[in-house]
Amino acid sequence: MTANSEPYLSASLGDQTGFPDANGHFGPYGGRFVAETLMGPLLELEAAYHKYMGDESFLNELDEDLRHYVGRPSPLYHARRWSQEIGGAQIYLKREDLNHTGAHKVNNTVGQALLAKRMGKPRVIAETGAGQHGVATATVAARLGMSCRVYMGADDIQRQSINVFRMKLLGAEVEAVNSGSRTLKDALNEAMRDWVANVDDTFYIIGTVAGPHPYPAMVRDFQSVIGREARMQCLDQVGRLPDALVACVGGGSNAIGLFYPFINDEEVEMIGVEAGGEGILSGLHAAPLSAGRPGVLHGNRTYLMQDESGQIEATHSISAGLDYPGVGPEHAWLKDSGRAQYETVTDDEALEAFARVTLLEGIMPALESSHALAYAQKLAQSMAQDKFLVVNLSGRGDKDIQTVAALNKITL
Amino acid sequence: MSRIADSFAELSRSQRKGLITFITAGDPDLDATPGFMHALVRGGADIIELGVPFSDPMADGETIQRASERALAAGASLGLVLDCVANFRAQDKTTPVVLMGYLNPIERMGSKTFAQAAHKAGVDGLLVVDAPPEEALELNREVTRMGLDQIFLVAPNSSESRIARVCELASGFVYFVAVKGVTGGKAAAVGDVQQLIETTRAMADLPVGIGFGIRTPEAAARAAAIADAIIVGSALVELIESNAGSETGASAIETFTASLREAIDA
Repeated sequence: MTANSEPYLSASLGDQTGFPDANGHFGPYGGRFVAETLMGPLLELEAAYHKYMGDESFLNELDEDLRHYVGRPSPLYHARRWSQEIGGAQIYLKREDLNHTGAHKVNNTVGQALLAKRMGKPRVIAETGAGQHGVATATVAARLGMSCRVYMGADDIQRQSINVFRMKLLGAEVEAVNSGSRTLKDALNEAMRDWVANVDDTFYIIGTVAGPHPYPAMVRDFQSVIGREARMQCLDQVGRLPDALVACVGGGSNAIGLFYPFINDEEVEMIGVEAGGEGILSGLHAAPLSAGRPGVLHGNRTYLMQDESGQIEATHSISAGLDYPGVGPEHAWLKDSGRAQYETVTDDEALEAFARVTLLEGIMPALESSHALAYAQKLAQSMAQDKFLVVNLSGRGDKDIQTVAALNKITL
Repeated sequence: MSRIADSFAELSRSQRKGLITFITAGDPDLDATPGFMHALVRGGADIIELGVPFSDPMADGETIQRASERALAAGASLGLVLDCVANFRAQDKTTPVVLMGYLNPIERMGSKTFAQAAHKAGVDGLLVVDAPPEEALELNREVTRMGLDQIFLVAPNSSESRIARVCELASGFVYFVAVKGVTGGKAAAVGDVQQLIETTRAMADLPVGIGFGIRTPEAAARAAAIADAIIVGSALVELIESNAGSETGASAIETFTASLREAIDA
């Protein structure tokens, strides 16, 4: 069967691994660490999610949207010139940058918005860091005629002004969050506060595989369309499964989306790449799996960047989308179980990869995705030429040109 | 009997409703906190809830969030909050103290270490906002082993099966959240929740305190009519915020607490 006729969401919750368990645990991680006021709404959401994942008309509608609105399947592209320059394993790019709105985020917002519609919720809210998830949420809300409010850290609003304007054009309210570190984690706190006060008419569209159960599993299932396509495309185009998968990890939704359908293919290595910022030793990074320790934040137990008294630490990354002190609980579990490895790449290495792929392939990657590309380059160098990797090119870089220009001291 | 149980037994004997007052420990600094606690007692508080500052207080509104930020900026931590309690306890042997906060700082200290240290400092109870009963089993074992009460939340949208879960672990009292929302937000809609409070009291066989959205003596009197105790937090924290840096904080706290006391005793 080709990618065009395979239904996108035939898989049921947790079918590959048996995780999470009934209370949302991936081993010791995940769970539902929220105030009692949110327990009812989370249980209601979980019930609706289970119901609609087995509902043919829901799945058909989602399939239709993924094909004709998002533009799926996204291509698997052999980056020949870049692979040749590297001189090792062949690198294939899963082109999530070609989706409507320019990133993988829309795979999930389309799914959650349809769920909101079925649950009769006329209002959606979201948190956003780089603005990609906010734009993807505002987009589907516009299309479905839902009211939409997006919470965004005041500092992120400064550095991602183009996405803020896009959201406003799409009819969303963008609410600046001035508390805490004024970035993604604070936007998430604020969105949760909105949800708890407005649960009767509001659906909270979380953008990553974090938060309380069922979000990590639900977002994974909506994003795993990436890996299901990639797996088929590898078999079609190369005739076998890849030797390794590489994806960047902030909260980790694009990485889980790619990894999950390969999770039982033990010969396929999986590598998540965290934001090393100015280097792990500098302390200025956003790499909880590499340099943090387990704790509880935003409704789930996972690896966190925290100080010795359990306060959450500020993070640093050149890419706003990776600037988050936690990570999805399933990644925490994949790390501990050894099924996936997690590495870091610095701001400078990501910028170098951004430049090389732009020049050699005519593809301008998002700075988030550039972290995955930078690690893929190192990995490919160490592998034979008859091996091949799939890198998730999770988003396009247009949103980052101001950041890149500023670093080069260019005023646009 | 625990200090919390003693306190409710005494309230019951005197046919009065309990006044539970919340302030954030370490706001504006740790030195101020024991004095503020004594001011609450002088004003007529029966139980003191002491907020443990956390960087990401997801269930709190702006007022308590700002208080947490001030406290953390001034160097507060869970360990130092326990020192504040010990300091208060050196002079006040009877007023129960309940710590209210989030799970991560407790887990970082270690549930067992925390429970022992809290007991030693003179803490009587614990309310962990982001630990619902199903995620609180290990912590509950440690704190009950040290004789501490663990207080859980019940919300207006809690089903009877949820309330039953809470009752399995709850001790001391049950904290009924009067509104769907965060602390310091919408005014409590007392009429809407009366029936559920009755249900909770019957199922838990514990006193029920009502909190969230009780900001004035009038609101306190209305809420006290349907529960065993009322809980006031953000309004006190706002007083501390507006008196920050002055000598008048403690007397403002005492005066406001006395006005709440008078309203619920009337």
